Amino acid sequence: MSAALEISNLQAWYGESHVLHGISLSVQPGEVVALLGRNGAGRTTTLRAIMGLTGRRSGSIKINGSEAIGLPTHKIAHLGVGYCPEERGIFASLSTEENLMLPPVLASSKGAAAGMSIAEIYAMFPNLQERRNSQGTRLSGGEQQMLAVARILRTGARLLLLDEISEGLAPVIVQALARMITTLKEKGYTIVMVEQNFRFAAPLADRFYVIEHGQIVETIASADLNARMPVLTELLGV
Amino acid sequence: MEIFGVPLQALMSQLLLGLVNGSFYAMLSLGLAVIFGLLNVINFSHGALYMVGAFLAYIGVTQFGLNYWMMLVLAPLAVGLLGIVIERSMLRWLYKLDHLYGLLLTFGLTLLLEGVFRSFYGVSGQTLDVPDALAGATDLGFMILPNYRGWVVGASLSVCLATWFVIEKTRLGAYLRAGTENPKLVEAFGVNVPMMVMLTYGFGVALAGLAGVLAAPVINVTPLMGSNLIIVVFAVVVIGGMGSILGSIVTGLGLGVIEGLTRVFYPEGSEVVVFVVMVIVLMLRPAGLFGKEK
Repeated sequence: MSAALEISNLQAWYGESHVLHGISLSVQPGEVVALLGRNGAGRTTTLRAIMGLTGRRSGSIKINGSEAIGLPTHKIAHLGVGYCPEERGIFASLSTEENLMLPPVLASSKGAAAGMSIAEIYAMFPNLQERRNSQGTRLSGGEQQMLAVARILRTGARLLLLDEISEGLAPVIVQALARMITTLKEKGYTIVMVEQNFRFAAPLADRFYVIEHGQIVETIASADLNARMPVLTELLGV
Repeated sequence: MEIFGVPLQALMSQLLLGLVNGSFYAMLSLGLAVIFGLLNVINFSHGALYMVGAFLAYIGVTQFGLNYWMMLVLAPLAVGLLGIVIERSMLRWLYKLDHLYGLLLTFGLTLLLEGVFRSFYGVSGQTLDVPDALAGATDLGFMILPNYRGWVVGASLSVCLATWFVIEKTRLGAYLRAGTENPKLVEAFGVNVPMMVMLTYGFGVALAGLAGVLAAPVINVTPLMGSNLIIVVFAVVVIGGMGSILGSIVTGLGLGVIEGLTRVFYPEGSEVVVFVVMVIVLMLRPAGLFGKEK
C-alpha cells in the first residue's frame, strides 16, 4: 500500500524568495503527523506547497501514490486531500451551511472514500447545526474553526492538512478540537497538522517533524518524545 | 389628468422610456458587476460588446435572413464566445496586475471593435424593425404601451432576476461568491476556478450582447452606441456599489426612472442627473448604495 503522502526534496518559492529547501517526509495512511517549528520556518508553506498555492515548486509530492507536483491546484484536491488554511477561510458572503456545503465531493478515486454525511457532521459539531443559517463569519472563532475542518470532512478526502487549528482559541475549544482529532484518527483519517501549540499536538501525533529554515531538522516518534524533549525544547525555544 | 402640470400620458410614457433605458443599464451593469467581482477586471469593452450584439442582430436579420428571435439567442452566444476568446488569449495574463491594466486592455479592445464596425457600416446608424409579433401597442387605459418596450422591460427584468437567483441561491452561485472572496481557497477545494472565471466573463459579456439585441429595434444601431451608454453604466455600477449584484439591478432601473422623470420636469438636466446622483451617493456612502465598506 502506498503512503498517503510522500514528499521528497520539495523546494518552493514565493516569487524570488526561496522558502522551502528540500523537505522530505512520508505519512502512512491513518497516521497523525505534526509539523513543528518557529514562526516563518516553513511549516505553513509546506502545506501550501502541497496544495500548489505557493509560487514555483520542484521535487516530488505523491498523494496516495499519484504525483501532484505538476498538477494545477484544483486537481490536487481530487487526489483525496482536504485543506484547512491557517486563516480558516470562512466565506463572509456564504451562510454557515453554504460554507459547509461549498467544497465539492471528490471523485471517488483511490484517495477518496465516502465523506461524512451532513447528519454525522452536525452530530459531531452541534453548534454548526444551530447556527447553520448565520453568516459564516458571524460565528465565534471556535465555531469558525470547527466549520473550517467540518467542511473538508464532507468531501471524502482522507488526507487532511490542518494549519494551526488551535491558534487563538479558548482552552475549552482547544480540548474539543483535540477530541475531534482523536475521533478522526479512530475513523482512519490521515492528518498532517501544523502546530505552534506543542502541548496540543503532543498527545495527538504519532510523529513530529521539526522544520527550520525550510528544511526538516529533526524527526521524532511519539514514543521517543520524552527522551528527546531537551532537543525539542531547544529547537522550538519553548 | 395632470400631475404637477404634466399630462399623465406624457409622464407615463417618459417613465416607460426611463424603465426601458433602466433595463439596459441594469443588464449591462449586472454583467460588469459579476465580471468585476470574480475577475477584478473593469471591463471597459462592455459597451462595445453591447454594440456588437446589436450589430449581429442587424446583420443576421438583414443579410442572412434570420429572424429576431433566432438572433436573440445567437447573438449573445456569439458575443459570449468572443468574450471567452478575449479572456483566454488576453485578460488572463493581467489578473495579477493592477486594475488599470485590465481597464487599458479592454479600452483598447473597445477602440478596435468600434473601428472595425465603423469601417464597414459608417457612423450614420442602421435600424432594425420591431419583430411582427411585438409590433403595435396596447391600450392600458391610463397609457398606450408599445408592445416592444413592454417586452424589453419584461425580458431584461426576468434575465436580471434569474441571474440574481442563480448567484445568491444556488450552489453554482456559492462557488462564484466564494471565488470572489478567495479564489485560491476555492481552487484548493477542487473547483476549477480558471474555467469558472472564463465562463463568468463569457456570461457577463453575453448579457451585454443580449442587451444589444433587445436595444437594436428601439435605437439607432451605430458603432458608437456602446460608448454613449458605457459611461452612464459605469456611474450606475459606482452608485450601486462595485461588485454588488442586487445593487446593479436596482440602481440600473432606478436611475433609468430618475432620468425619465427628469426629462419630464427639467429636461435640461436629464443628461447629467445620473452623475449628480453619483456625486451625492459618493459623498454620503463612498462604497455605493449596496456596496460593503472594505
